[in-house]
Amino acid sequence: MNNKRFFQWNGERNGFPPVGEDGRPQIDLDSQRFVKIWHGPNHPGVTGNMALELTISGDEIMKARTHVGYLHRGFEKLYERRTWMQCFPTVVRMCVPEPDSNEYNLSAGIEELAGIEIPEAAQWLRMLALEMSRLQSLLRIMPAQGGATGLGLGVQWGVYLRDLILDRFEELTGGRIYHMYMLPGGVRGLLPEGFRERLEDNLKKVDEFTANIRKLMLDNAIFKKRTAGRGHIPPEWIDRYGVVGPNARAAGFKRDVRIDNPYLRYDELDFEPYTTNESDIYARSYTRWVDIQTTVDLLRQIMAKMPEKGEIRASTPNVLHWKVPAGETYIRSESSRGEYGFYLVSDGSKYPRRINLRGPSYSHGVALLEKMLVNANIADVGAIMVSLATCPPEIER
Amino acid sequence: MEDMTTLIKALRSRFGITDIREQREDLTFLSVPKDRVIPLLTHLRDHEGFSSFILLTAVDWMEEEVFQLTYMLNNPEEKHNLGIRTQISREEPVMESAHHLWEHVATFQRELKEMFGIVFPGSPHLNEEFLLEGWDNLPPMRRDFDTKKYSEETYFPRPGRKTKDPAEHMKEKLYPNEPRPQRASQKGDD
Repeated sequence: MNNKRFFQWNGERNGFPPVGEDGRPQIDLDSQRFVKIWHGPNHPGVTGNMALELTISGDEIMKARTHVGYLHRGFEKLYERRTWMQCFPTVVRMCVPEPDSNEYNLSAGIEELAGIEIPEAAQWLRMLALEMSRLQSLLRIMPAQGGATGLGLGVQWGVYLRDLILDRFEELTGGRIYHMYMLPGGVRGLLPEGFRERLEDNLKKVDEFTANIRKLMLDNAIFKKRTAGRGHIPPEWIDRYGVVGPNARAAGFKRDVRIDNPYLRYDELDFEPYTTNESDIYARSYTRWVDIQTTVDLLRQIMAKMPEKGEIRASTPNVLHWKVPAGETYIRSESSRGEYGFYLVSDGSKYPRRINLRGPSYSHGVALLEKMLVNANIADVGAIMVSLATCPPEIER
Repeated sequence: MEDMTTLIKALRSRFGITDIREQREDLTFLSVPKDRVIPLLTHLRDHEGFSSFILLTAVDWMEEEVFQLTYMLNNPEEKHNLGIRTQISREEPVMESAHHLWEHVATFQRELKEMFGIVFPGSPHLNEEFLLEGWDNLPPMRRDFDTKKYSEETYFPRPGRKTKDPAEHMKEKLYPNEPRPQRASQKGDD
């Protein structure tokens, strides 16, 4: 008798969005040919919470919808009431795995609007922090692809090495995850004594890791079978769906902001972003694996070319009363997941008019993922999602 | 850069381009009237190599009663960014949709509908909730939406919780014997 109450549908929190307005075929769930399941909002492969609403027939996906909003903190609204300087502690939290891109973009934007040139040593230190941040992010993302297909060991190696890089960050900035190292006008400090040697030790360990993870993951027959040929992104989707970074490079598009529009001193470094044409999950993993090696190489180049001492802060007005001149700009930099942009508008007052973040996940995680999952097997959903390196906090800010 | 100047000159009268500003070597901003935005985007995408769409966002200029919409495009060959700005009325915020040009534009438009209340007729899933669930107030990113007032009306302090003014607290701690006027009531003591 009690069963009746148990099966009653709660209409107020209806999980099924009304379809039909846009002319798409309405899937008749009563026909018993389709099942609707929720993948998420908690998934270990994604940093943050994101739910996928899947309509499946057998084990094939017919329709996928991304649902975000589990991590919305209203940062962009908050910045209307904060001075430019007060934005820094929260701006880093817009993307947890790679916070330094946020710091760099905001400080570079303020400097551009206010017409401040930063000293040479500060530029090199910023590049060092950005590359270290890219390395620790890649060390987490790249083996996670193995984790999504049932190979957990690489993830543990990656987390260990990431911790070593976080130790270096702690030494350099005082913070492990969120550093707030870059400020308008420069950076907060020079390298501590013995930092170069300790970083070099860590980089040697990363070199070992890249050799080992190749044997463990990339040359593994099961991993190859699970990933090669799955989750294909055709080249014509790249611009239509706004694909950037390693995902675009795995499809043969050489898109890298560091090469296209060099910022800081990237034009003085010698590197070539890796591209391939397969554009499946395996190719994206392989691209990230090469990216780790490129980043290690870049860190070594930066350490060799960086000046030992020098000015690290340009003079700025008092940050408590700083009225950034009116204007607008778009600052872009390359994160480990692709182009990362900040659109800043100042109206000449103490507070920003608008700070808008455009992260790579905004199109990867919503429009592209929804399209890619159609006709995929339900066992591949996690692998496809992780291969795009989606970071939900970036979508909802 | 040379190419950009000639390109904008060529398109200037056709699309009513005004207010051209070269922000950086690789970034140009320009303004066009509301009804020329979609033709201009289509032309830039199909004929001028601006094949990559980066962002669409709104800025609320409440004092001037307008929303500014910014479309950012990228030309991967020339490695140039172009920001196209337009203004729409704040009273009747309706804009032509661009979802047919790039697939991911629909996501931006869905967010703008929720956060600013700007309507893009015909855009897919426009009226579905994106981030907020069961929101029935003013669109939250509008400048006249007061976050503090909303939270004071919607939420309430836990009973028995006391708050102290930091300046007062330090004074009490550092100069306990100094006479100071008695406050009428402790805030948040209810």
